[in-house]
Amino acid sequence: MIISRIEPMHLIFAALGGALLLFIVAPLAGMFLNVGKAELSEAAADPEVTGSIRLTLLSSMGATLIAAIGAVPFAWILARKDFPFKRLVNGIVDLPIVIPHSAAGIALLGVLAPGTPVGSLGERLGVTFIGGIAGIMAAMAFVSIPFLVNAARDGFAAVPVRLEQAALNLGASPLRVFLTISVPMAWRSIISGLVLMWARGMSEFGAVLIIAYHPMITPVLIYERFGAFGLKYARPVTVLFVAVCLVFFLALRMIAGRRSHVEG
Amino acid sequence: MSRDENAAGRTMLEVDRLAKRLGEFSISNVSFTIDEGEYFVLLGASGTGKTVLLETLTGVIQPDSGRVVLAGRDITRERMQRRKLGIVFQDQALFPHMSVGRNIAYGPASSGMKRSDIEKLVESLASGMGIGHLLDRGPATLSSGEAQRSALARALAMGPDCLLLDEPLSSLDSGARVEIRTLLKKLNRGGMTMLHVTHDYEEAVALATKIGIMENGTVVQVDTPQRILTHPGSEFVARFVGIRNVYRGRLRRESDGTSLFESGSEAPFRLETLCEAIEGEATAVVRSEDVTLSAYRPDTSARNLFEGTVSEIVPARRGAEVTIDAGAMIVAMVTERSVEALGLERGNRVFASIKASAVRIIEG
Repeated sequence: MIISRIEPMHLIFAALGGALLLFIVAPLAGMFLNVGKAELSEAAADPEVTGSIRLTLLSSMGATLIAAIGAVPFAWILARKDFPFKRLVNGIVDLPIVIPHSAAGIALLGVLAPGTPVGSLGERLGVTFIGGIAGIMAAMAFVSIPFLVNAARDGFAAVPVRLEQAALNLGASPLRVFLTISVPMAWRSIISGLVLMWARGMSEFGAVLIIAYHPMITPVLIYERFGAFGLKYARPVTVLFVAVCLVFFLALRMIAGRRSHVEG
Repeated sequence: MSRDENAAGRTMLEVDRLAKRLGEFSISNVSFTIDEGEYFVLLGASGTGKTVLLETLTGVIQPDSGRVVLAGRDITRERMQRRKLGIVFQDQALFPHMSVGRNIAYGPASSGMKRSDIEKLVESLASGMGIGHLLDRGPATLSSGEAQRSALARALAMGPDCLLLDEPLSSLDSGARVEIRTLLKKLNRGGMTMLHVTHDYEEAVALATKIGIMENGTVVQVDTPQRILTHPGSEFVARFVGIRNVYRGRLRRESDGTSLFESGSEAPFRLETLCEAIEGEATAVVRSEDVTLSAYRPDTSARNLFEGTVSEIVPARRGAEVTIDAGAMIVAMVTERSVEALGLERGNRVFASIKASAVRIIEG
C-alpha cells in the first residue's frame, strides 16, 4: 500500500493509542527500574517468595488442566449444538468476568466451607478447600474459566462442520471425530484459551484471599508485604513475579504458535 | 413397491417417498431406486433440494417421513457413522491437518482395521487413483484434481455400498474435470454404484446410465439420458435440458481436420461438427432452434443438410416444434410465420439444415 498523504484522523488515533500503550508500559517499566539488583536477588533467595511463586504457578496450572477436562467438551457443545436457553448458558459462562472477585470468593466460600455438602465430601476424601491448595485452585478456576470456554468455543466454531460430517460419514464415532478432527483443528484457540486461563488464574487475588489466605500465593504475599512494610518491600517480589509470568506467557505463546504453524 | 428379484440388477439404493421440511428448503415425495452398478445422476437447478436430499441420505438430517433402504437394509434412522454410503463433497473436505495418506486411512482406522492392512489398502487405492506419490503431502498443496482423487480414495477406503458425489466436478478446472470424469466412469465400470448430483446436464449425459430430474424438492422424472433429453416429461425438464435433438454414436476425425459424428442407428446419419472432441463414443446434441427448415434445397453453407418428411407439428409457446423424419428424427423450432410460409403439413417433404458449429458433442 502506498500512503500518498497522511490522514489527520489516523495521526490522532495513533497518538491516542500511543498514550494508552504508555499507560500500560510506564508503571511496569517504572517498577522494574526502581528495583535494585541487590533487592531482587534477595527476593529471589527468599524461600517464602520462591515458594509462593511456585505455588501460584502450579495451582493455576492444575486448576486450568482440571477445568479443561470439562471446559473443552462443553465449548464444543456451545459451538455446535442449539438448545433451549443457550444464550442464558453463554451468559452464565461469562458471569465470573463481571462479578467482583471478592464477591466470587464469598460465594465460593458458601459452597466449599466445612459443613456444606461439597466441603464435607472434600473432608472425607482428605481435600481441604478452606486454607488449602484445593481452595486456591477452585477460586482461580472460578474466575478464569470463561477465558478458556470462550476461546475454545470460538476455535470449534471455526472448524468447518463439513469436516466433522465427513469424518462421521467415514465411520468414525463422534468421540473419535471430536478427538481427531475437532480438537486438533481448534488446537490453536484451545491452547490460547489455556494460556489465558492460566495467566488469569495466576493473577487472581480477591477470590483466593477469601478462600485461602494461607498457603500464600504471590498476589496475596505482595498485598501482605505492602500492607505490613510498604511499597519498597513489596516491589522486589512484584517484579520477580511479573517477570516469571511474562517468561512463561511468552514461552507458551511461542510453543502454541509454532505448533499451529506446523499444522497450518 | 415390488421388486423383481430376477431383474438384471439388484436394487442397491431405494429412496421411498422421502420428505423433509427445513425452513425455506423442503423435499417431498422423493422416490427413486438405483440398481447395483448403476450410474445414477440426479440433475436439478440449484435450490431444488439436492443438498437436503444428500444430507438426508448420509444422515446429517433426519427425514420427516419416508424410507432409505441400502442393500436391503433400512438405514432411514441409522446413525451416520454406520451407513455405508461414502460421500465425496464438491470442496473435497479433506482433513487439512492430516497428510493425504492419513486422510485415506481415516475410515479404515476408525473401523479398527489392522495397521498393516490399512497400509496395503491405502497404497492400492492411492495407486488406483494415480496419487501414490502424494501420500505424504498436505491437502493444501494439492491441485483441485489431486484433491478430488484423494477424496475419492478416502471415500472408497471405507468400503461403501454406494458412492454419493455432490457436484464432484464443479470446483475443478477443465483439465481436471475431464480426468475425474474418466476416473468416475472407470470406478463405475468396476462395479461401484454411483449417485451423482449435479446441475450440469452435459455432466449427466456423459456419465449417467440413468438420470433423475429434480424440481421443486421432488424427483419428477427418472429415465435413461437419451429418453430424458428427447422425451422430457414436463415443460420444466424440456426447458432445463433445452435440447431435443440427441444422437448416440461415434465421433471420428477426418483427414481435413473436421470431425464427423455417425449415429449408431441402422440408417447412417452423419453430422459434421466443429467440436474438438476426442474420437470415440459420444453424444451429439443440437438445439431445435439451430435447425433451419426450407421447402426447397437451400443454397446454404450449412454442412449438414437432410431431406425428410414432416412427421409431426406441435404448437409451442412461440411458434411450433416440427419433427422431421430424415432417417433420424430431427426436431426444429420454427415461428408460426414460417409454418405458414413454408406451408408445413404432415407428410410434406422439407430440407433441414444444421450448421456444423451448432452440433455439440458430449464425450463418453
